[in-house]
Amino acid sequence: MSSELIQTYFPVFVFLLLAIGMSGVMIGLSFLLAKQKPDAEKLSPYECGFDPFSDARHKFDVRFYLVSILFIIFDLEIAFLFPWAVSLGAIGMFGFWSMMVFLGVLTIGFIYEWRKGALEWE
Amino acid sequence: MNAELIPAVLFYLFAGVLVLSAMMVVASRNPVHSVLFLILAFFNAAGLFLLLGAEFAAFILVIVYVGAVAVLFLFVVMMLDIDFEQLRKGAWKSLPVGILVGLVLVSQMVMTAVNWQSLPTAGSSILSPAARHAAATNTQAVGAILYTDYVYPFQIAGLILLVAMIGAIVLTLRDRGGVLRQNINSQITRKASDVVEVRKVQKGAGIS
Repeated sequence: MSSELIQTYFPVFVFLLLAIGMSGVMIGLSFLLAKQKPDAEKLSPYECGFDPFSDARHKFDVRFYLVSILFIIFDLEIAFLFPWAVSLGAIGMFGFWSMMVFLGVLTIGFIYEWRKGALEWE
Repeated sequence: MNAELIPAVLFYLFAGVLVLSAMMVVASRNPVHSVLFLILAFFNAAGLFLLLGAEFAAFILVIVYVGAVAVLFLFVVMMLDIDFEQLRKGAWKSLPVGILVGLVLVSQMVMTAVNWQSLPTAGSSILSPAARHAAATNTQAVGAILYTDYVYPFQIAGLILLVAMIGAIVLTLRDRGGVLRQNINSQITRKASDVVEVRKVQKGAGIS
């Protein structure tokens, strides 16, 4: 059953092997060929010429989180659109309008978000 | 190479890397590394879905989980100002509960496998949209029933997404004071008579 499927994905597999091989060769060769003489200054994180202020993991603004949550929601909406678009011919008017209701519900959320100013960065 | 062998080799490759990376999610000291191993685990689960023939589920896993949810996890890991070493110290106390939950999960899997072996009719009871639409592709088979037969779950999914959207905005959006915004409407409706005032100025006296 799945050997035919695997044949279809053979180019992806080749691509994956090439990508892993290329990145392995790049990192491996630079590790093997370059001179390795680490000291404290070389290993410290470089921050535009001055000494690092603090830990890399510090609190940042919650607005980034809001943007990514809104991204996920519309990402899921798009995920629902793919099978709908593929099988639109088979599901008739009912399928069409059920998707329109779905999109309408999410458009209400979109209008709310727009009016509330959640898309503005200031 | 044998045609039967390739799917088996791929299965053990994906499953092995999946289990190893899932272990590393728990075991690695740096939580950012944990999230990166979680992404590796998602990719391998997508590979397993592909081997099962569930192409749509595989690519949705990559798009939604790798593309979006893992990014969100990274955000949360980076935003929470938690000393993870401190958090890890009490982890051994919850070991009995963890072992209990693990045992329950393993016993459920064993029960499913045993039922599968012992019931000869189990194979025919698989609920698969692909069986009804044998000629169609995976995505077509999902689309053929999701929007018609399963319209209520579909609309409920839409409402859940709406609630998530509004909830995220309500929880995280707050007005910042002292921000100067351009309000075009108020700029256009502003009249000279409202803001400009003409005064006679006496010689030698200022305007207070």
